[in-house]
Amino acid sequence: MRYLPLTAADRTEMLGVIGAGSVNELFCDVPDGLLLDGPIEGLPLHASEMAVERHMRGLAVRNLAAGDAPFFLGAGAYRHHIPATVDHLIQRGEFLTAYTPYQPEIAQGTLQVLFEFQTQVARLLGTEIANASMYDGSTACWEAIAMATRITRRGRALLSSGLHPHYVAVANTMARFTGDKIAASTPELSASPGEDELFAQIDEQTACVVVQYPDILGRIPDLARIAEAAQAKGALLIAVVTEPVALGLIEAPGNLGADIVVGEGQSLGVGLQFGGPYLGLFGCREKFVRQMPGRLCGQTVDAAGKRGFVLTLSTREQHIRREKATSNICTNSGLCALAFSIHMTLLGGEGLARLARINHAKAQATAARLAKVPGVTCLNEAFFNEVTIMLPRPGGEVIEELAERGVLGGVPLERLYPGVDGLRNAVLVTASELTEEADIEALADELTQVLA
Amino acid sequence: MSRYFTKDHEWIEISGQVGTVGITDYAQSQLGDITFVELPELGSSITKGASVSVVDSVKAASDVYTPVSGEVVEVNEALGDAPETVNSDAGGSGWLFKLTLSDPGELDGLMDEAAYSAYVAEL
Amino acid sequence: MSALNPSGWQPSMGDAGTSGEGVFTSSGDRGLMFEEPLSFEIGAIDKCGVDMDEPEGQPVAALGPFLRKSAPDLPGLTEPETVRHYSRLSRQNYGIDLGPFPLGSCTMKHNPRLNEKVARMPGFADVHPLQPPSTVRGAFEAMDELAEWLISLTGMAAVAMSPKAGAHGELCGLLCIRAAHDHAGEARDVILVPESAHGTNPATAAFAGYRVESIPATASGRVDLAALKEKLGPHVAGVMITNPNTCGLFEPDMKAISDAVHAAGGYVYCDGANFNAIVGKVRPGDLGIDAMHINLHKTFSTPHGGGGPGSGPVVLSEALRPFAPLPFTVRTGDGEAHLVEESNAEAFCHTLAFGRMTAFHGQMGMFTRALTYILSHGADGLQQVAEDAVLNANYVLRSCDDLLIAPFGSAGPCMHEALFSDSNLPEGFGTLDVAKGLIDEGFHPMTVYFPLVVKGAMLVEPTETESKAGLDRFITSLRHVAKRALDGDETLHAAPVLAPRRRLDETLAARKPVLVWQRDPG
Repeated sequence: MRYLPLTAADRTEMLGVIGAGSVNELFCDVPDGLLLDGPIEGLPLHASEMAVERHMRGLAVRNLAAGDAPFFLGAGAYRHHIPATVDHLIQRGEFLTAYTPYQPEIAQGTLQVLFEFQTQVARLLGTEIANASMYDGSTACWEAIAMATRITRRGRALLSSGLHPHYVAVANTMARFTGDKIAASTPELSASPGEDELFAQIDEQTACVVVQYPDILGRIPDLARIAEAAQAKGALLIAVVTEPVALGLIEAPGNLGADIVVGEGQSLGVGLQFGGPYLGLFGCREKFVRQMPGRLCGQTVDAAGKRGFVLTLSTREQHIRREKATSNICTNSGLCALAFSIHMTLLGGEGLARLARINHAKAQATAARLAKVPGVTCLNEAFFNEVTIMLPRPGGEVIEELAERGVLGGVPLERLYPGVDGLRNAVLVTASELTEEADIEALADELTQVLA
Repeated sequence: MSRYFTKDHEWIEISGQVGTVGITDYAQSQLGDITFVELPELGSSITKGASVSVVDSVKAASDVYTPVSGEVVEVNEALGDAPETVNSDAGGSGWLFKLTLSDPGELDGLMDEAAYSAYVAEL
Repeated sequence: MSALNPSGWQPSMGDAGTSGEGVFTSSGDRGLMFEEPLSFEIGAIDKCGVDMDEPEGQPVAALGPFLRKSAPDLPGLTEPETVRHYSRLSRQNYGIDLGPFPLGSCTMKHNPRLNEKVARMPGFADVHPLQPPSTVRGAFEAMDELAEWLISLTGMAAVAMSPKAGAHGELCGLLCIRAAHDHAGEARDVILVPESAHGTNPATAAFAGYRVESIPATASGRVDLAALKEKLGPHVAGVMITNPNTCGLFEPDMKAISDAVHAAGGYVYCDGANFNAIVGKVRPGDLGIDAMHINLHKTFSTPHGGGGPGSGPVVLSEALRPFAPLPFTVRTGDGEAHLVEESNAEAFCHTLAFGRMTAFHGQMGMFTRALTYILSHGADGLQQVAEDAVLNANYVLRSCDDLLIAPFGSAGPCMHEALFSDSNLPEGFGTLDVAKGLIDEGFHPMTVYFPLVVKGAMLVEPTETESKAGLDRFITSLRHVAKRALDGDETLHAAPVLAPRRRLDETLAARKPVLVWQRDPG
């Protein structure tokens, strides 16, 4: 077996040193009858690199890759161009095959990257500090809610109707076990993100108001107004950003008064990968640092006075606090954070702004073209790179029919909100810098035919 | 004025109705470099034996239990900027909080300095 | 004669005897040991390593009042500068590609590059999670194929694939247990956890709303069965046990523990962090376990990437299967794999799911890597993995237990980790010194000060991908450093002195946290 370096002679010699007659003697604590004497029956045996690659390719080609079709999906996972440099650098063995930097003297590479990442994320989100990443946007969102309940000592979270339904589902699932109360609702198909409806629900028990920006229908809520309303009642504003590229063009949530800003970082540097691994972004005010979940990297000096970095404030974490920890999370999403950071470094602030302008322009072109398709109307007044269109019939079937015609036309809202009649005919359509004019034409043409 | 000690290495010094609470020099020496002190909320009512404060070192977070019940009337804000004071002067300026005692009788179960020294010597 | 050496270059060994100490360099770099500034110190907001054409038309018409006033304050670098920045930083890292990484309970094994290649196939890497099911049949197929392997290898009934890492998987398992009790109308509020458990176990139990009660260990480092039985009762929801345990020992009473817990109406959660010791040798399902997370980044070699991403699918017993969170895959009679999610859960008769743990479907990029690894080994190769992992650990144990105390060494063989204690080192010397000394020897240290039940614990997990020659080099170094400590070599306290950094001031970092870079006010 190509991954196992011991030879038969090595094994014999080593057993001699140990003083055991056979390897199975080393498994003597396993009760009789439970130690398997041969490979588990019915399972394939080892295979060559060639054979495995062939098998896996056979599975891969049964999928329609986004790059092989006009592609307009978003809803929390976005397809952007990833510079080749990103994938090259994250595959350097010193990054790829390192562990969590528990021995900082020989992990300064990872640690400095995390420190740079934290700084980039804080500046992008407009927060004072940021952590070294979480599993993904949805889990970061729940962790932010849990943190807000610790800070305010209140047990109710108010989720805006524009929050991604998967994020709502994660929060509902967790709250079911922690006893926190979640107030959530499904969105209405209107151009307004519904700030006023939200205000009416903020009360003295509300720990936090959670608002996605831009929201699940692509609309852009007025965060500054919501922050004011929330803070007037002693609640925190948690802003959720699922498309960080948008922050190249619209104001950062922290600058608009959000107390905690979380997000999905996949857009930068990380491919779609059918949903994971991604990375959660997490920033907040500095005064909340001791209540913050997740790993933190901090600056310090070594015994010779040189600047260096370490994981710090670990007394918040599970391996020390055990049942009193702020969260049970052990890992961050290190390699994805590295990819994010490299992509961000390649772009720089002005590059990110340019990328955002291109995305926005492509989305405008897409929305304008689709509006000319008979039977299609666009919901949004304000949007970044994602718009909701309304069709004369259920979006799920239309998207399936478009797929049969080789077009990946968007995310039907009924996939995200099964059984919600009012959203059945709506589809979320996303454009990016990768969207070409021919793609827009293909979508418009096929949609015209499907709806005819 | 008199000082009492607990088996969990807190001390309390009584002056009239008010007790000042800290951790002992032995406790700080075991914890190592203290990096952060989480203090109880001013005005809160606390019950003997409850965990009311946390002292963090780099690799440990230790709960501090109040030796007696009462209401918290003052906390040592200076520790916010200088947690190391608990290392340098645990029995003095490194105090954690002051409380008014609701039941001075609770002091009866605590050790005096000599008894605590003997207790620590056994550890 | 023709021209004599016109360049003047003569190979030379230079003067012997200079160690490099005291040599000043103007760059701060020392040969191949590089210093690298922060990107914030060398980049600029208007520098960019990506060429993009500015869009035509009115770029910001649909943004209304939300348009930001200036670009985010983020420094950029051109492509060559970026490559150099990160390549130079990478040189300050130790990785499994460079040598053994014997962190106990972390299973740092070789990461095959075929896994990376497969995960990057466009059919896996460039697929959106919400594409129409008809366009992602192969993705469901791959998820389900991995699921079936995990079920077969563990002898369990089902697997929840979506948890994002081990701790997330633990939470998933406990929430299944909680949901099962809730469904049965039972209010049980205690989870029993051995005192040697990893910190995540009690953290997770507390998060799931349980009170944690500790079970003591026996002198031989195992769960005290009698003490556990005494604690069982109608208030106990279940136990969380790590097997092989955190001392690197198999729990011989595991089946008896499970039987006792089941008889008392509880469930058995097994922390699968140490599955590498028994994969293909013992099926957890045969031990009566109800739920166990599997760290794909440990046993199945997906790269750790400097701290994630992980992936923690949870295998479940028949009793817990109905409560598995959405989404997951099932294979129907026609042989086709399907994704069960909110929109079709009823059609697949899965109405008791306790909810959803994450957006989308889990760590697909890790699933394809793990499946590739599993297919490469096959059932026979995986069995060999466990055997070699255990053999390597016992070899380290018996090669060092004359110098270092092996607290459970007399009780018999270990599993995949060798546990030592610093209790025989002289006053003033401890595990930290041994670990830092190993860094100067060119090795990544073992896990230190864990498990907590052993004073100054050193937990060595070599894994099966170390050669005997590689192990012998590691053992020689470990013995050398241990001897330095035993001999009271004070210079060891300064170690490491040959790494990119000396010991770092963690107290300063925690007292005055500096978590983001700020321009020097001066």
